[in-house]
Amino acid sequence: MTPTPTLHDVIIIGSGPAGYTAAIYAARAQLKPLVFEGVQFGGALMTTTEVENYPGFREGITGPELMEEMREQAIRFGADLRMEDVDEVSLEGPVKTVKVGDETFQARSVILAMGAAARYLGIPGEQERIGTGVSTCATCDGFFFRDQEIAVIGGGDSAMEEAIFLTKFASNVTLIHRREEFRASRIMLERAKANPKITILTNTAVTQVEGEPKVTGLRLRDTVTGEESKLAVTGVFVAIGHDPRSELVRGQVELDDEGYVKVVGRTTYTSVEGVFAAGDLVDHTYRQAVTASGMGCSAAIDSERWLSEAD
Amino acid sequence: MSDTKATVAVTDDSFSEDVLSSSTPVLVDFWATWCGPCKMVAPVLEEIATEKAGQLTVAKIDVDANPATARDFQVVSIPTLILFKDGAPVKRIVGAKGKAALLRELADVV
Repeated sequence: MTPTPTLHDVIIIGSGPAGYTAAIYAARAQLKPLVFEGVQFGGALMTTTEVENYPGFREGITGPELMEEMREQAIRFGADLRMEDVDEVSLEGPVKTVKVGDETFQARSVILAMGAAARYLGIPGEQERIGTGVSTCATCDGFFFRDQEIAVIGGGDSAMEEAIFLTKFASNVTLIHRREEFRASRIMLERAKANPKITILTNTAVTQVEGEPKVTGLRLRDTVTGEESKLAVTGVFVAIGHDPRSELVRGQVELDDEGYVKVVGRTTYTSVEGVFAAGDLVDHTYRQAVTASGMGCSAAIDSERWLSEAD
Repeated sequence: MSDTKATVAVTDDSFSEDVLSSSTPVLVDFWATWCGPCKMVAPVLEEIATEKAGQLTVAKIDVDANPATARDFQVVSIPTLILFKDGAPVKRIVGAKGKAALLRELADVV
């Protein structure tokens, strides 16, 4: 295929609340954004059950439904959405290029909103058992563990939410956390503690996933005493956080030590002129759907103003 | 986009005939309505089904309504795609992947 000669005003890479909100704002500003949603379109919320804290949905809304609403809203204002992953970008200079398979696209500005990917434990037996008992998506895979004993690993809100959700299927859910204290909000922790099907193990590290090929158990180590033990489970849901998906732009825009894209002050300006970033790709601190949306909005406005100043 | 689907819906009952007895390779998508990432791969599979018509059948099985087949093939994570050739599973792809990545995985078959 020949490269498209069109020079777009703005290309948005990534979807999720940041990418879609940027798309809505940029489309309404007549910038005709081209959006590479990626295969994981909808981002982290696509694997979330109920979102109870996104303002405007007083009864709550599921993650996928919320993303579908945002997506349709972006389409309504004329955003050009493509469900493809970007392979390569070149961000320096007045014309940025974005490669997707055999095609190359050009734009004057780029908004980065690739979000974050679920983090794995990185222990023996884990990667090879994704799909045979190791999962990072409770909403997808809980169904397969009806009346079985399973484990959820993590100490934040996502871990609590997954553990509670999984009690609908599993006979027992062991929530394993390597520290004494939880990062989770009090309301979520209390709900998990009050659930009779949830057993909580603190100060416990998971050292290995066992089973051939289906998961049969975990090896554990007490982080205080060092004592080793085993836990028989058929499913392991890993909910220990996310890492920014910044590989695509590494070496081109400035990243911090943890791989998050650095932005200037309270803006969405990255270290590269005409390149903006928003959402979980940037945000260490809040990482909420609503804060990602807010940053997506800021990125679209920053880009719009930058483009008009550059004219 | 047209409403006509290029993929074929199969069930526990039709699986043997539609998939295992098929003379063309069949890529089976194990999915469910509650699965967000399954929604991500759905449009990609429609495209592949259209483009590879005749060489590859793309089938979808709703695991909620058809748990037996998922159990038979030990599917415990969705989306899972299993490629069947001459009645036997020859390739298994777990998780949502893009069109280019899927076509690469299927390259030796179609």
